[in-house]
Amino acid sequence: MHVPDGFINAPVSAAAGVVAAGAVAVSLRGARRELDERTAPLAGLVAAFIFAVQMLNFPVAAGTSGHLLGGALAAILVGPWTGVLCIAVVLLMQGILFADGGLTALGVNITVMGVVTVVVAYALFRGLVLVLPRTRRSVTVASFAAALVSVPAAAAAFTLLYAVGGTTDVPLSKVLTAMVGVHVLIGIGEAVITMLTVGAVVAVRPDLVYGARGLTAPLKLRVGGELVDAAPAAPATAPAGSPKKLWIGGLVTALVLAGFVSFYASASPDGLEKVAADKGIDSKVEDHAAADSPLADYGVKGVEAPRLSGGLAGVIGVGATLAVGTGAFWVVRRRRTHSETAA
Amino acid sequence: MGAGHAHKLYRHAHSPVHELPPHTKLAAVLGFVVVVVSTPREAVWAFGLYAVLLAAVAAKARVPAGFLLKRLLIEIPFVAFALLMPFVVPGQQTTVLGVSLSVPGLWGAWNVLAKGTLGVAASVLLASTTELRALLLGLQRLKLPPLLVQIASFMIRYGDVITDEMRRMSVARRSRGFEAKGVRHWGVLAKSAGALFIRSYERGERVHLAMVSRGYAGTMPVIDEVTATRAQWARAAALPLTALLICLLGRTL
Repeated sequence: MHVPDGFINAPVSAAAGVVAAGAVAVSLRGARRELDERTAPLAGLVAAFIFAVQMLNFPVAAGTSGHLLGGALAAILVGPWTGVLCIAVVLLMQGILFADGGLTALGVNITVMGVVTVVVAYALFRGLVLVLPRTRRSVTVASFAAALVSVPAAAAAFTLLYAVGGTTDVPLSKVLTAMVGVHVLIGIGEAVITMLTVGAVVAVRPDLVYGARGLTAPLKLRVGGELVDAAPAAPATAPAGSPKKLWIGGLVTALVLAGFVSFYASASPDGLEKVAADKGIDSKVEDHAAADSPLADYGVKGVEAPRLSGGLAGVIGVGATLAVGTGAFWVVRRRRTHSETAA
Repeated sequence: MGAGHAHKLYRHAHSPVHELPPHTKLAAVLGFVVVVVSTPREAVWAFGLYAVLLAAVAAKARVPAGFLLKRLLIEIPFVAFALLMPFVVPGQQTTVLGVSLSVPGLWGAWNVLAKGTLGVAASVLLASTTELRALLLGLQRLKLPPLLVQIASFMIRYGDVITDEMRRMSVARRSRGFEAKGVRHWGVLAKSAGALFIRSYERGERVHLAMVSRGYAGTMPVIDEVTATRAQWARAAALPLTALLICLLGRTL
């Protein structure tokens, strides 16, 4: 969902713009550190891929279909830095070329759909991969969980922005329950597709999957019947770091986020119908075609939603959750760069 | 890349608006949208004047009204959201045609509709009068980090290539009798998405090597610097400045 102009007031839009610009600047440095001068072509092509894959329709049932949002997928396939960059560029181009999402809301869109999605997905993914056994299966399981949580997290972040700078006083509990409730279901679709896609890539080119970098077994040579380590070919610069911190951070993030999500998932009674409606809306949104019936449904959902509990406590909880997630991620990152510069 | 570098929204023409340097147009549209967003919603007439301003620009750019209106359809999902507001927002109630509606909700709906529509219309006008490459040059001129502009330009250049690749995969699937009907077929589609990622990434590697072999070292040489004269800036600034005037009037009245 691209936020249009006039949805969030000017000061909060500007603040979100600053956050987005900061995140993009940090990501630019991070991506350049990882990819050197390969950044432009590789990130550009991955952005084109994200753009294309958003057009790939996944039929749900009876004429409705959904598509990938791609934040979690990008984070896992190319890493958080390049991931944020790709999503930000896709959003920028959609805003300027296709008038999809308002120009003043660009910061909001990048912060919510790019930064929050990618950071939450990657932090959770990294944590789970470290906790789970080092197999391909755990990479796919972790990508499922990461995508599942990233979508409602983005919805919650949007609600937070709306709470601070919404132009209309729709009761917060309504916005939160409607947004998060609907997006938990979208998240399930996103999670399944992301998991399957990551699985497909890992099966063919595991070396390309940023999130699966630790998985490759060291190359061994059989010399006179003995297995000898081959000379390491240019060690991958990424992972390493301080596993314990990462481990704890990831675990805490996973626990908190999972608890939060399961609360909302169980609070949502008519799962199937909602998925159908949401996926319907979603595909309509992306097709820019006139949206007919599903939107009417969406309205009913919005009105019904207040029956689900929620409220300000939820917003605060979400904020804390996001803070923990991002905080853990940043601590780990900083520590890693410190140890790198020290070494 | 055979399709050329024009994007879907671009309308080729020669008009004073088409000929303005891209960065002046970008700045003008951004300024205009900021002004619109910060106009108080009670000044209903101001939004009418903004619409007239945009219509004047569209006329000057020879963008037909039908084209512009059709592009505005992109907004529809939010129209639905806005139409919902009068029913869910609490507050003072009023009765229209026997239906009880909330007054703050009506104002909120009006606010989102008016500002959103004007924003989309301004973006559509920008996109329909500016070529892709010019837009990217304009962004670079407006001090967007060069690396980001490069990434955007690669995305735009290869967007069609990657989309075509996806279409070929779709043709291949269908010619083998595959029809995606439901959740059971997600596996096949996700494998296509995975293959698409691998092809995109590998193409990126090939493109990079091709660039390196032609002397690329991380920056693109700027061979056609766009510049704007003071007169061009002034012409571009006419839109946001008039809007600002209207906005100030709207605030005081």
